[in-house]
Amino acid sequence: MLSEQIIAFKTIVRREVVRFMRIWTQTLLPPVITQSLYFIIFGKFIGSRIGEVQGVSYMAFIVPGLVMMSVISSSYSNVVSSFFSSKFQRSVEELLVSSTSNWVIMAGYVIGGALRGICVGTLVFFVSILFTRPVIYHFGIIAFFMMLSALLFALAGLINGIYAQKFDDISFVPNFILTPLMYLGGVFYSIENLPVFWQNLSQYNPILYMVNGFRYGFYGFSDVDIRTSALILVFFVLSLGAFCLYLLKKGTGLKT
Amino acid sequence: MHAIQVEDLTKVYANDTLALEKVNLTINAGDFFALLGANGAGKTTMIGIITGIVMKTKGKVHIFQYDIDRNFAEARKMIGVVPQEFNFNIFEKAQDILITQAGYFGIDRSEAIKRSEVVLKQLGLWEKRNEVSRNLSGGMKRRLMISRALVHNPKLLILDEPTAGVDVELRHGMWDYLRKLNEQGVTILLTTHYLEEVEQMCRYAAIIKNGQIIKHDKVSSLVQLLEMEAYEFTVKDMHGLDKIKKYHPSVRDANVFEVELHRNNELNDFICQVHKVGMEIIDIRPKGYRLEKLFLNIMRE
Repeated sequence: MLSEQIIAFKTIVRREVVRFMRIWTQTLLPPVITQSLYFIIFGKFIGSRIGEVQGVSYMAFIVPGLVMMSVISSSYSNVVSSFFSSKFQRSVEELLVSSTSNWVIMAGYVIGGALRGICVGTLVFFVSILFTRPVIYHFGIIAFFMMLSALLFALAGLINGIYAQKFDDISFVPNFILTPLMYLGGVFYSIENLPVFWQNLSQYNPILYMVNGFRYGFYGFSDVDIRTSALILVFFVLSLGAFCLYLLKKGTGLKT
Repeated sequence: MHAIQVEDLTKVYANDTLALEKVNLTINAGDFFALLGANGAGKTTMIGIITGIVMKTKGKVHIFQYDIDRNFAEARKMIGVVPQEFNFNIFEKAQDILITQAGYFGIDRSEAIKRSEVVLKQLGLWEKRNEVSRNLSGGMKRRLMISRALVHNPKLLILDEPTAGVDVELRHGMWDYLRKLNEQGVTILLTTHYLEEVEQMCRYAAIIKNGQIIKHDKVSSLVQLLEMEAYEFTVKDMHGLDKIKKYHPSVRDANVFEVELHRNNELNDFICQVHKVGMEIIDIRPKGYRLEKLFLNIMRE
């Protein structure tokens, strides 16, 4: 019955939220401190020498990117670490033997992870107010890009958690794939300032579209077409969602 | 009604190990059933398929007439499972583990809190409800797993070696609790290495060997398959024991010896012989663990 599945969904989300709130010094505080250091070093110390980018101060320019970075990394790491640790302790079997459907398992973990991403992103945004006054051009666009990016990377984290067999496997993607993509995704610069080759190469980085779509919500400008960004985001969310459901149905990494 | 109906169940693992081969098994509602077999015989695989941890290769499984594939949610709600190894979140509190598990079965939080209280009290864990599970003793952890399996009121309880590593007192306490549950109508399927447990509690048993069910009958009928039965004799003194050597008695104590006799009236002959050699019998007791003997015979075949 749908009502039972909704209760199961709320149970998973609640458990995830309680988990990351209980260990807030590990889940909420570190990204806020890291991003604050970015504000101080890149925004204050170096940014004062750079001047304006596309009509706004460098400090204000990097705020959306840094908020988005926190959303992405927190959503991802919440799901991958929570799901893998439940696999490692075998407590995931509590879910597997229950009447919870695969789509509810997926939705519960993903929403739980996305909520952490949004919490951290919001905290980082509030910290940024101490350094600059970011303007809000369109709140709906900000919310859209924040939520969909959080969902997308929570889904990616879940896929990583499903495949992971050991702790090394859950740090490989964040360290060697996610971090380079985030740093090269236009967080600290506009791709207009890059040589043509790097501009073209950047077009293949999905994080570029998220950062720019998000930045558009603040300032009304973007390096890429905002509709393309939105479509790419929706496409990836749907694709990873479908892939995730397929893996859960097949029992990959969970059932023998 | 059948609690479990397994038809042509086959499981081949990714490394080509054939764990189950066209297994057919029916367990009636209300049964207290034992699934026996050596390590690697296929018991845990079968339980894993029934409970959703293991993917089957072929065959059908029905739980109270619900197909585990087509009516997966209904089938799962019928089952409570106590796995062999502890598999709860070690950082969660005992009661939270139960409330969360109930939530996975679609039970509203307020109702889950009430049910968890009932089950924790029944299993003597109420005082430990706010204890983080990793701080519980081994016996408490085992009881916590039983509580978790019962929190959604399943009609079928599956226990995979529930008393492994549990001390004698706790084991007997668990037997009593399981008997009561069974009397209340809960069908129980258990696997165990303690065959004494099976003889004392289960009405039916199946023996699985190399992925196939090779015996399936009432426990009382299975032990009838044994041609020999062991008896323990307590005598006043052992003088004359040499004269009954042909029965191969083995001395257990200063006044106690054990002997294996044919079921066909050999006991009468033996008692006459003992009297004839001048030994005074104080007590005769049939040895338990007959099933263990049968099990070993079957495994050696």
